[in-house]
Parts: sequence; structure tokens; C-alpha cells
Amino acid sequence: MPDRLKKIRLRCTLNGNAATLEAYPMARLLDVLRDEAGLTGVKEGCGEGECGACSVELDGEIVNSCLIPALQAEGVTIRTIEGVATGDQLHAVQQAFIAYGGAQCGICTPGMVLAAVNLLKRKPHATETDIRAGLSGNLCRCTGYTKIFAAVMAACRENGSHTGSQR
Amino acid sequence: MATRVIGKSVPRKEGREKVTGRAKYVDDLKFPGMIFGATVRSPAARGRILGIHFEPGIPWEEFTVVTAKDIPGKNCIALLIDDQPCLAAEFVNHPEEPVVLLAHPDKYLLEEARRGVRIEIEPLPAIFSMDDSLAHKHVIWGADNIFKSYQVNKGHVEHALRDAELIVEGTYETGAQEQLYIEPQGMIAQANAEEGVTVWGSLQCPYYVHKALVVLFGLPKDRIRVVQAETGGGFGGKEEYPSMIAAHAALLAWKSGKPVKIIYDRAEDMVATTKRHPSRTKHRTAVTRDGKLVAMDIDFTLDGGAYETLSPVVLSRGTIHAAGPYNCPNVRIRSRAVATNAPPHGAFRGFGAPQSVFALERHFDRVADAVGLAPDEFRRRNFIQQGETIAVGQVIHEKVDMDGLMKRAFELSDYRQKRKRFAAENSGKMIRKGIGFASFFHGAGFTGSGEEHLASEVAAEATREGRVRVRAASTEMGQGTNTIFSQIAGEALGIDHEQIEIVQPDTANVPNSGPTVASRTSMIVGKLVETAALEIRAKLMNSGYLSSEYNATEFAAACRRYADEIGPLTSFVKYEHPRDLLWDDERYEGHAYGAYAWAVYVAEVSVDMRTAEVRVEDFVAVQEVGKVINPVLAAGQIEGGVAQGIGMAVYENIVWQEGRMVNGQMTNYIMPTSMDVPPIRIYFEENPYERGPAGAKGIGELPLDGTAPAIANAIAHAIGLNITRVPVTPEVLSELLEAVHA
Amino acid sequence: MRASVPSYELIAPRNLEAALEMLTQEPGVWRPFAGGTDLMVLLEAGKLPHRKFLSIWKFPELCCMEVSPESLGIGALSTYTEIQSNEILQSEFPLLCRAAAETGSIATQNRGTLGGNIANASPAADSPPALVVYDAEIEFVSAKGTRRMPYRDFHTGYKKMQMRDDELIWRIHLNRALKRDKEYYRKVGTRKAQAISKICFAAAASFERGRISNTRIALGSVAPTVLRAAETEKLLNGEKVTTALLKTARETLGREISPIDDMRSTAAYRRLVAQNLLDEFFHLISA
Repeated sequence: MPDRLKKIRLRCTLNGNAATLEAYPMARLLDVLRDEAGLTGVKEGCGEGECGACSVELDGEIVNSCLIPALQAEGVTIRTIEGVATGDQLHAVQQAFIAYGGAQCGICTPGMVLAAVNLLKRKPHATETDIRAGLSGNLCRCTGYTKIFAAVMAACRENGSHTGSQR
Repeated sequence: MATRVIGKSVPRKEGREKVTGRAKYVDDLKFPGMIFGATVRSPAARGRILGIHFEPGIPWEEFTVVTAKDIPGKNCIALLIDDQPCLAAEFVNHPEEPVVLLAHPDKYLLEEARRGVRIEIEPLPAIFSMDDSLAHKHVIWGADNIFKSYQVNKGHVEHALRDAELIVEGTYETGAQEQLYIEPQGMIAQANAEEGVTVWGSLQCPYYVHKALVVLFGLPKDRIRVVQAETGGGFGGKEEYPSMIAAHAALLAWKSGKPVKIIYDRAEDMVATTKRHPSRTKHRTAVTRDGKLVAMDIDFTLDGGAYETLSPVVLSRGTIHAAGPYNCPNVRIRSRAVATNAPPHGAFRGFGAPQSVFALERHFDRVADAVGLAPDEFRRRNFIQQGETIAVGQVIHEKVDMDGLMKRAFELSDYRQKRKRFAAENSGKMIRKGIGFASFFHGAGFTGSGEEHLASEVAAEATREGRVRVRAASTEMGQGTNTIFSQIAGEALGIDHEQIEIVQPDTANVPNSGPTVASRTSMIVGKLVETAALEIRAKLMNSGYLSSEYNATEFAAACRRYADEIGPLTSFVKYEHPRDLLWDDERYEGHAYGAYAWAVYVAEVSVDMRTAEVRVEDFVAVQEVGKVINPVLAAGQIEGGVAQGIGMAVYENIVWQEGRMVNGQMTNYIMPTSMDVPPIRIYFEENPYERGPAGAKGIGELPLDGTAPAIANAIAHAIGLNITRVPVTPEVLSELLEAVHA
Repeated sequence: MRASVPSYELIAPRNLEAALEMLTQEPGVWRPFAGGTDLMVLLEAGKLPHRKFLSIWKFPELCCMEVSPESLGIGALSTYTEIQSNEILQSEFPLLCRAAAETGSIATQNRGTLGGNIANASPAADSPPALVVYDAEIEFVSAKGTRRMPYRDFHTGYKKMQMRDDELIWRIHLNRALKRDKEYYRKVGTRKAQAISKICFAAAASFERGRISNTRIALGSVAPTVLRAAETEKLLNGEKVTTALLKTARETLGREISPIDDMRSTAAYRRLVAQNLLDEFFHLISA
């Protein structure tokens, strides 16, 4: 049995709060978030960086948390699905997913919502082509994507009708 | 009849939990003292287990180890029969067959230990093809490798073939397909002799798991409890397989005395769990010179893998759908499911019909061609009409208008124009376009006497506050069960659907409403929900506390009075099979399904002649489904099903090596991304089925039947060549194209 | 998840100098770990036997882009996202931007680096063909200093490369004066997004008075390493574009490449498509 090394302590900002987590340096950020920080909204679908169910925002960029080693999360800012709504107030994308049927079984939904939120931050006037491309790293087996596109388009229109910053 | 909430796209009941990440799937659940379980599996396809070796360097004394001899009851996963072991004891019959179970509190150490168990096997000769199985190259199951066979006989096929003016033959194949729910399989179990066994997990059929655990542990029914956690997709892949993983978790929990969680990673899920049955169908079709069907002789074979599991039922549905929604006086269907040394194939949305419908709809385009008719004209001359009988002799009493559906689908897809234009413009082009369709039907509910045997039950109760709880075993896995039941019950009771609570499927708390499969949830169980709700209402009215017209407040007040003055307000409904739906299991004829959904799908494709890549560019799905309870949810079902059908037709290919799937990663098993799906346009027609709730029929599986053949027909149109198998991968297509040039 | 995670060492030296020092002190013991998009996949599949890694993520010296009138020096830790959004690369080296846009998903592009991709040396990688077409040079840094070599000589065999244990990739240099009129890049994968390449074809050439010159053709997934189709290039240079030439070029290309059957595709398909993409490139040139 190979030697067992020590865990490290890493400090990061998680959903707006300072957090200190203990983890093996090579542990997947996915597991650290789920098991150490209790953020079970981040899902494992494939463990190979293909399905996007584990998507989180890291320093403002969308990444697959199953491909980030814990060590490299030191000092970063992370947002998971749990950090998308503001208290009880859902994000426009979340509201649109409910209204347009963008979620069926829901397992891809956290990653998909985050990817959409991140996309609309970068492209507030996203077209359907942008949305198709922007979500292509998130696999959904239930919806055929159709109502996900509709939801994100609707959220885009909703965002467009507000002046002020996108989150 | 105007409805209040039926027919409205009310939001999904558990939508908020899902979009906020608060919905709890099995891997999100934690129990005090919980440890983790893993499965050690056979490296060989077939052989005798000589020994199990535990490599040094692992602290084995810390582990719970379970093998077949630890099983308290019967070593099997009870289903139709008991041939599949829970853990292989003396022999293994497929790669990845479970042999040893391990549990430990440390996930990482557990994984090392899993790799540290060596199963020594003396190989036995194995078979991997339907042909080898049928030829008895080796007999690996029963006396002749045949799990089940059927024969359907209508009229006199042999005579008709002899006198035929024109006979067209063809052979068609479909490959295995992985359900690929994004949430892998998982279970948590708690088990001991005093309290019995409880499992929580990702599953479609709590009572299937319940039955399997009763047999495995030899415990009375009330000592086994099965609870469904939020389930991240099933599509049939979590119909029967969860019984296996539940059994494993429960055995480890039993032996360790601790709660045990087993979660498969994607690689294990891909290689070890069920797939759609591969198929081969041979058609011999006799037609008159003006394209009227005279005889259909169909031979249909499914590869069932190493154990029987559900193959007889998959074969049944495939057989009954094999001759399609057409009127043909003479039909013979001979079918069989055979054994090979692969992990058992199992339920996947469509359940045998996608296989036989692919063959039929592909073949009929070729028959049309042989007779010199356009594919749609050939169908039109043979579509079944009300009062005529399908192959198994069922008279179609309901209104059916395949013509009308086809007309609408063609209008919406611009089929006729494109059919002509593409053929004219394709010559010499590097991107060729094609358009094709499939016309088909799908029976809802269990076949024949199946629903009668299931004898499903639903219960309901009104609370003192005027809310109504529905207790059913039907599971929500994204298709909208919770929402639909709320709408049905709300409509029946005349109250807001948000006043309806759907009790979490838990065998301790819900009666056996049967499995969540076979497109039966809305039509069969939904009807029971409606009836149970109506009974509550009737009781309130009969008590005198509720008048015939009432509002929400009055309803709540009546419930309170009833509770205070009479007692608990409950109802309990059991399925009653209509007396006129008679099915003969021996002769395999009669009333196969209570109702059919009817459909015509049109696919438009482009074929890149340089790379042989197929893109589905546009898709129109028109179907008649009785009554659409929730338009957004219903459309979502069809859209998702079409996407899975696109995968089946073009992308999803399993690479087998001696019975093992070698491309078991999401990188290498290709499902469509958001860039690969076309616009999918869905249209519903409604012809209410009087026995369905508010007239609803079933729709869940329908889209898997017609999507692949519509695409295959479009590809054939684009390149002018015959397509006889799916998936149509670029490698396969380029070989076809090259063969023409040679 | 098939890895004994606790048995892996991953440490973060405080800067590049410290990292190079460690690589020099214990050659072969430590391997660099950049964005992790390749190594973590191997880890999770249980296919990462090496146990000691040095995180070089975000060392500023490896992240920047050096611009001079003659050349661009892309820092080894430039991510695919950064490459795609760089204006100079977009206008002057579009094939590399195309390759970056087609690698993995947005999530992997945010973490995947050009240097990491080169060092991982997958024959199916999407950027190498573009780099070969652009005659890129690769520069390494170690405690001893820097050295440069043509990128086309870097890969010597399957997962074998001209790189010492004490070195890190420092820059990828692109020559802004490279002559070409027409450029072509096409990746044929398993689907339209997040696809591993079955075959990848990058090419550039000049076209004057009906004749081709300065031809550069590079392919991925048809050999153990990225392949420069030198014989095909030689055949084409100086010639007029005719159907006969195309036919001969196809044959030559077919012989130059050595695709295999694997779980993703077949040798026959890869060969045929390579030849068909050559056709498409021809069409582009003569258009």
C-alpha cells in the first residue's frame, strides 16, 4: 500500500464567505466541495471532465471541479450553485428554468445553470448560437436541450430589460 | 370538456429544489457511521471461479468482505425468474459479473482494496454473437440458449407468400445503447436481523427492489423497506438494475452492522449495468403491384446477455410492435431472445419497440421503392383504420388517423418540397441533404394481462387542513410524475394542484402501484390517482360536509369537519382490468394494449460526403396522445426522447471486446451535446382515451420508436443508398460510400 | 474514481525559480502540473502511476505573451481561452485559435494550457498541427538557462519528446513574417463539441500565378505524433493545381500517414478522410 500523505489546509472564498478546508493536495475540488464544505449541489456525472455536472465558477471562470486538485484552490474565489440565488431571490436563469421546463431530473441542472449564468455575464446579448456553444460542455440526457435554450434565451431577455450589473 | 388545471403547463413541483441544487440525490445523503462499499467483478466472460485472493499490503482486517456464502436467503436477484445470481458463486457468465463486495470507512483505501482482490478464473468457452448463440456453438443458458420465444400468426403467411406478386426482403440491425442517465447508480442500505433491511437509492421501481430483497434475505415483506431518493434520470436503466446494487449495499450493511453507501463511478456504471438489447430483424414482405400489403413474415432476434432478467418482456413488446400500425391480412412474427456472455441487456425506453420499429420503417421505404411508390403513398395505402386489426389480432376501436398525422407532419417539415428539392440538388455536392419519416405507434401500459397481474394500487388521504396526499409507487425521475399526479388529483378534487402532496415513494408508506415503466404512469396509475381523488371528494359529499359547488375554503373546512367528527379521510383504489381487454398468452393474440399513441416523425439530415458525418438539421414530431396533461412536460418528454433517438441513430456506439464494453467513458461513448441537436418541433393531437385520466394515454417511450428510422430514411434519401443498421457512424457510412465507388 | 488520492504529492513551489531548482535537484522525481485537464483525467481513471507533482499553475513568467514585430512568444501557461481571445493571434494565427476553440469545452479551455497540451503529447491533440504549420519554435527554461528548437522536432515518438527532466516549456514562438495566403484547419471528431479528434488537418500555402508554394500540411491522429506531411508538401510545391496533381497528392498523403484502428475510429476512415480534407484544402487554395 502506497504511503499516505498529509492533508493540507487551504483557504478560499466559497459563495462569498471565507472558508478553510482540509484536503489531500490531489483531492478533486469536487469532493472537497461536496464532502468538506457540504455543498452537495455540485454533482459528479462522469469524473472525466466531459459532462459538466460538476461545474463551478472559479475566479469568475467556469471550470469542471472534478479536474481541479485541491491544492490549486488555495486563495481562489469559488461560486457553486448554492451561491447563485440571493437568499430566497432566484437568479433570472433559475426562474426561467422553472418557468420554461429547463430542468427534468435535475442532476445536470446545477452545472447547467452556472454555465448559463456565466455565459450571460460574458455575453449579455447571447444569441441562440451563443447559447448552444456556451452550454456545449454541459451534457443533459433528459431534455434534448430544447427547453434549456428557451429558458436561457428568456433569462437573457430578462437581463436585457434591466439596467445595472449582472451577477 | 373544459378543464381547470389539466392541460396547463404548471411549473414542475420540485423545480425550485432542482434549480437551487437543494434536491437530494442518493450520493448527497449521509448517515451517521456510514461506510462505503465497492464491488469486485469478474475479469473473464465465462469460467469457473477457482479462488479469490486478497493481495498483501491492505489492512484486510478493517474491511467487511461479502461473498455469495454470506447471503442469508437465496443467491439471486429475483425478477421474472431467479437465474441471475446476486454474487457469482461457482461460475461467472459475463465480464464484470459481481463476485466480491468490500466495505470500509475510507473511500480511497476502499478503491485500493478493490484493486487488491484477484479473482482466479478457469476460463470456459464463451459466445458473443446472436449467431453463435442460435447455432449452439456453446450452450451457456438453459438447454438451448433461448430465454424466450414468441410466435404471432395472423392469416396464412405461407400461402400468401406463395401467391405473391412481389416480395421484398431485408435484414436490419440495431446495436446496444447505454441509457447514460447523468446520475450514476447508487444505493445506501441499513440492515440487521432486528430491524430488517432499508435501502435508499436512485431507482424507478421501489417494489421491484423490495421483492428482490425479500428473496435475497429470506425476510418477511414488512421487514424490507425501499425508499426512492431524488433520481437523476432512469430511462429504464434504473428499472431492474437497482435491485442488484441494493442487494449489494444491503449485504454489506447486514454483515458490517453499519449503513453502507455504494455509488458507481461512470466507468463502472457503463461496463457493468444494462444496455438496450441489440437486435436483428428479417423482413419478407409480399405486396400487390399497386402496393397493398398481402403478407409480412418477420423474424426478430434480441441479444439478451448472460441472464434472462427482462428479456421475455422486451421481446414481447418488440414482437407486438414489429408489424406496425398497418393493415395486413397475413402476418407471422417469429421472435426469440438469446443468451450471450455479456452483462445482461435490459430495459431502455422503448423496450424492444425501437428495435423492431427501426427495421419495419426502414424496410417499408424499400418496399415502397420496389413497388414504385413514394414512401408516404405506400404507407397511406396500408395504414390501419378504425375497426381493423393489427398483427396480434387486436381490433383498433379508437379513432385513428395516421393520414392526418402524416399530413400535418409533412406540412410542418415542408417534407414534399424538400424531398424533391434535395434529390434534385444533391448531385455533385459535398454536403448532401435528405429528408425522411417514420410512421409508428406505441402501446401504453403493460402488455396483455400484465396490468391485471400488476394489480396496481393507489391511496389518498385528506389532511385536516384540506391538503390531499397521494400515495403511489410511481417515481419522479424528471418526466414529471409529481406534477402530473398533482394536476390530476387537483382537477378531480376541484382544488388547487398545489394543495396536493405527493408522498415520497417508500414501500413503508405507499402501496404497490407497479413500476415506473412502459409508458404507464400517466395512463394507468394516473387514472388510479384520479379515482382515488374522486373517492375522497365523494366521501366528503356523502358526509354532507361538502356541497356540489365549493371553493377552496369550503373544501378545507369540510376536511376539518370530517377529521374531527368522523375520522381519517382516506381512499384506496386498486386497478381493475377492463373485462373487454382479453389477451391470450398462449396464442399471443388479443388485446395487447389498452391504448396506443400514434405518431409520424420527420427528420432532415445533411451528410458531409468528405467525412461521412451525419447531422440532423431539423426534426418534426407529431403525435396523438389522448390528452396532454401538461404541455411543457409532455413536450419535454418528446424532445428528450428524440435526442436519445438521435444518439441511437447516429452517435451512440458500443465497442465490444469479448463481451466487455471497452469505450465505457463519456469521452468515448458519444451522446449528443447542445451543438448536436437540431431544432426539435413538437406537436400534439388529442383524441381522449376514455380509460385514461382526463383522456391521457402514455407518451414516455414513443419518441424512441420513430426517431432512428426517420433519420435512417433521411440518410438513405440523401445518399441514395440502403441503410440497414444503426448507429450510422461515419466509419460505417464511409465504407458504404466507398463500396459504391469501387 | 480509481485513484489512491492520498498517495499523490502535489506541492506548490513559491515561484518559477524555486520550481526549476527542485527539478534540477531531483531530476525525474518531480513532474510539472499545470492546469490539470489531462493529468486529473488520468488520475481518475487510475492511469497516473507517477506520484510526485509540482504545481506550476499561474507562474507569471509562464503566462505572458511577448510581442515583437517579428514574432509572438506565447507563454506555456496560456490557456485556450486566452489564446482564443488574443487579437493578434486571431488575426495572424487563426489556425491556432481554431484549434483552441475546438479543444474540449469552455470549462476545459479555461484551465487547459498550450504548454500542458504539448507536454502531454497526445497524438490526437488539436493544437500541434496548427503549430507545425506555423513552423513554431519551442523554448524551454531550466536552472541552466533557456534553449530553443523547432517544434516539429520536439515529438520523437509516442509520448517521447526532446525535453529534459529539469526543463519546463517556457514559450511557443510564432514567426509573424511567415508567408502564406491560404490557411485551413479542420478537426473531424466524434461530435460537434467536446470531441476527441479522429483526425485533425491543418495546412497553409501560398498561391501565385496558379502555382502552389510554401506548402505546409500537418495532421493529428494519424501517427504516434503530430505529423508533417513533408512528402506531400514536396510534391505540391511549385506545381499547378490540377485534378491529376490532386490524385497523386492523395496517394502520397495516404502513404505518408499511419493511422490505426482504435475504439474511436478506423485506419481506413482516417486515411480516407485525410485525403478528402486534402481535397477540401485544394478547393480552398484554388478558389
